[in-house]
Amino acid sequence: MDLTLATPVPVVRPPLDDADRRLLSALQGGLPFSARPYARLGERAGLGEDEVLVRLARLQEIGVIRRFGVVVRHHEVGYGANAMVVWDAPDEQVTELGHCLAGFDFITLCYRRPRRLPQWRYNLYCMIHGKSREEVLAHLEWMVSHCGLSTLSHEVLFSRRRFKQRGAHYFKDEMATEKIHGRT
Amino acid sequence: MQTALTDLERRLLNDYQHGFPLSPAPYADIARELEVSESAVLEALARLQETGALSRVGAVLRPNTVGVSTLAAMAVPPERLESVAELVNGYAEVNHNYEREHRLNLWFVATAAEATRLQSVLDEIGARSGIEVLAFPLLEDYHIDLGFELRWT
Repeated sequence: MDLTLATPVPVVRPPLDDADRRLLSALQGGLPFSARPYARLGERAGLGEDEVLVRLARLQEIGVIRRFGVVVRHHEVGYGANAMVVWDAPDEQVTELGHCLAGFDFITLCYRRPRRLPQWRYNLYCMIHGKSREEVLAHLEWMVSHCGLSTLSHEVLFSRRRFKQRGAHYFKDEMATEKIHGRT
Repeated sequence: MQTALTDLERRLLNDYQHGFPLSPAPYADIARELEVSESAVLEALARLQETGALSRVGAVLRPNTVGVSTLAAMAVPPERLESVAELVNGYAEVNHNYEREHRLNLWFVATAAEATRLQSVLDEIGARSGIEVLAFPLLEDYHIDLGFELRWT
């Protein structure tokens, strides 16, 4: 795995103009299933089809869009078990360990987050998906031995109920605004 | 619930998680690659979305480039879990919300355009529920998101 590709989360916002924002906002609900979906997207964002395509390519290039494509719901395609595994990693090792964990193909997320002492001592998080609890735990065991984590304390938080799962909404969409106005 | 997927559905779910065609007629391009008709692709995608396997065809944004997001957790007394989960779900800013096996048993992700709005959502949830909300914003992201290789057997 090429570690140079994994960059820390930037604190500086990439340059986005109003048209980019309108485009990302129009895309929040997904690309339409129609013959010319980018043209349809453009109609919602006030942009031509060509401009939509150019801007989406650019947003991927500068890393604002980190993945463009099919977004699968793991649970619904047979991956019924998922665990958030959290580690108490020494601060001077956490980046190296994070890169090691992130290299496994059954990992979908791997982050460093702040500890919240005294309630929460963990600073390294990864999400493991599997078809069963046993599979998730087998993945975990393999990670522990491969990345040399056996001396670090960790906890495994399997998910129980899913109360909500959808794409993030970065922009208030018109429907939501209408609903809010409808109530007042 | 899960139903048997056709070969076409499996390939659509697995092979187009990243690098989706940025061309005027992407579904026709995919249809050519998979040697089926464009309408078969469109129908399969609509069906997958209806059954829940497909969330959407769309963009996964890098965290904290457009909006601001955070993971947050609460230790909710078991008998209040459903009502507190509902309270949390009531915010449009919340996009994921799970019960997990831990004393901190409710974990959610909230995203807003501005940090001030994100903070007030967390504050409101804490005030309305009377339960402390621990925020865990991300500091470093180690994962390169290329989707998730699906195994069907």
